[in-house]
Amino acid sequence: MSTIEGEKRIAGAAIEKVLDTSVRPDPPGPLANVLTFAWRGLLKIKHMPEQMFDAVITPVMFTVMFTYLFGGALAGSTEAYLQFLLPGILVQTVMFATIYTGFTLNTDLGKGVYDRFRSLPVWRLSPIMGAMVADLQRHTISAIIVFLIGLIMGFRPETGLLGMILVILLLDVFALGFTWIFVTVGLVVRSSSSVMTMSWFFLMPITFGSNIFVDTATMPQWLQTAIAFNPVAHLTTAARGILDGTVDASQIGLALIAPAVLTVIFAPLSLYLYSRKG
Amino acid sequence: MSGAVRRCAVGQVGATIAGGLNQAVNIETNQSEGSCVEGVERTAYLGCFGERTQHAMTTSDQAVETHGLRKLYGGKPAVDGIDLMIPKGSIFGLLGPNGAGKTTTVRMLATLARPDGGEARVLGHDLVREAAALRRRIALTGQFASVDEDLSGQENLVLIGRLLGFSRKGARARAEELLEAFGIADAANKQAKSYSGGMRRRLDIASSLVTTPELLFLDEPTTGLDPRSRNQVWDIIRRLTAAGTTVLLTTQYLEEADQLADRIAVIDHGRMIAEGTSTELKASVGAGALHVRLAEPGRREAAQTILEKALGVTVEFDSEPRRLNAMVPDDASAGHALAALADAGIAVSDFSLGQPSLDEVFFALTGHHTETETPVAAEAVSKEAAQ
Ligand SMILES: Nc1ncnc2c1ncn2[C@@H]1O[C@H](COP(=O)(O)OP(=O)(O)OP(=O)(O)O)[C@@H](O)[C@H]1O
Ligand SMILES: [Mg+2]
Repeated sequence: MSTIEGEKRIAGAAIEKVLDTSVRPDPPGPLANVLTFAWRGLLKIKHMPEQMFDAVITPVMFTVMFTYLFGGALAGSTEAYLQFLLPGILVQTVMFATIYTGFTLNTDLGKGVYDRFRSLPVWRLSPIMGAMVADLQRHTISAIIVFLIGLIMGFRPETGLLGMILVILLLDVFALGFTWIFVTVGLVVRSSSSVMTMSWFFLMPITFGSNIFVDTATMPQWLQTAIAFNPVAHLTTAARGILDGTVDASQIGLALIAPAVLTVIFAPLSLYLYSRKG
Repeated sequence: MSGAVRRCAVGQVGATIAGGLNQAVNIETNQSEGSCVEGVERTAYLGCFGERTQHAMTTSDQAVETHGLRKLYGGKPAVDGIDLMIPKGSIFGLLGPNGAGKTTTVRMLATLARPDGGEARVLGHDLVREAAALRRRIALTGQFASVDEDLSGQENLVLIGRLLGFSRKGARARAEELLEAFGIADAANKQAKSYSGGMRRRLDIASSLVTTPELLFLDEPTTGLDPRSRNQVWDIIRRLTAAGTTVLLTTQYLEEADQLADRIAVIDHGRMIAEGTSTELKASVGAGALHVRLAEPGRREAAQTILEKALGVTVEFDSEPRRLNAMVPDDASAGHALAALADAGIAVSDFSLGQPSLDEVFFALTGHHTETETPVAAEAVSKEAAQ
């Protein structure tokens, strides 16, 4: 792609005309700043829609492959397996997407643009919070896409639209909690490729060592015990429950313990690390 | 008084400068009898900051006042005691080679890095305690493009406008104004990553002017630009003071500092080695750099003797065997010197008289050349990657 030339001569007088030190609107509050930074995140999706494609291609492949290859063997029929698998795939999608928050933050911090943000009279943490809000928007979009593909393939949630909305909300809250880990990693680790490696190292066992793909009842006892402590498994159970209409409050409560604990530990830590940077 | 100060300057900067300094005095004397003493004093302040800052540290018509500003990275000083006085409404040039500490200084003054020592007041605010208030009045265009390359030019400016408190409509109107004035209107809706280097730089500067700052930091605003884009950026910078904005710019080129800055500070290894107006700086270094290439290398010694006599300064051998270099006190003397060579029958194959390069300024001020070889450059690159 070539660069744009064709520049008009810039007139010095025109520049003097746009300078005026007395025009200075009142500074907006922190919330307005966070929302503006979230808007920046949306603009990136607008300019690079292929990002969304990247985010959903893996889950879609998993869904198609597992449903048609193993569905019959694992659950008796492909329809029944899809019903079981799709909530888990949603969880996996959102979990993998949280890596990108740390990754993009790490790349962004290395560029001059964060220097500009930090020299502006805005709440210091608003760029980071804005990025997190933008990522929630991104997670929501990916979840909707995965739902749509599931519906096309024949997925039918008992609780209908309301169930799907509740699951997306639950996923967002859960993702927000986990994102703090990757924000911290993104702030501490030097290169973005090591952010990726470290995050995968952490995410692989907790997503695959769970009940996303198969019912734990068929697993050896020690693995069942381990999975009982896996927060991803609790989230998957809760998501399935919501979509089947069999959920109870304790399942949702169990799913929310991990994000709450992670937020309490990693939010202050990463905010401290960020404000100390430079 | 002038005698004492002069000794100090000579002592600090070393013997090389002494010749230059005397000539500076002569020039001033020739130009105007009345300003002679003042000329001597101002020139002599070069390299002699301790005294200078003691006199003037209290005035509030300074946009930037620092005293002994320091920053350490891994125990090693990146900025090692810098005293700056930047009058409001002026353009100040920070001149130095790679790794001199320019960016570190700017980042500290723009509240992005915390000083490890010294005092600094920027627009009357304490750098650390009043950082939030200060950020409302300053803007920074960093060394590495501080635009968001994924967004369009228009979106970049609207983003900053919204963050500064403009309404949606107000931010759009302001963005349009700036895009028009900076000649980016035609590419307003294209992603900034598709812009040419010059356009990106102009967008970068425009982003710093969404509200007109009272103090603007420009870190190497023209490095990597072609001559035409560089001239455009120079045009812009000259206009910035129209609204009363003070500009602190860093550069590696003496010519740039000379073109734009009212005062120049030369820094190296985190220390200031000279400060003054461009005239003062050049007077201490020499008005221009004369390069002479002889037809026959064998006559170099003879040519050196003749040139030194005609110019009254040290003439050096270049690494190229036929070339000689000298800092000349004024353009006329260069003519005389060349005539003297011709009279002695020494043929000159070509010569040039130009602005001294940063390296020549350094050599004249410190007696050693700048160390801009690969180690420092490599360090800078790895530092950038690490951030
Ligand atoms: N974040 C950092 N961590 C460690 N060392 C640093 C950091 N920033 C700067 N330095 C070191 O401090 C010194 C001054 O660097 P600085 O970037 O201020 O120089 P500069 O004059 O801007 O150079 P350049 O012309 O290459 O931009 C260098 O030796 C550099 O390696
Ligand atoms: Mg620099």
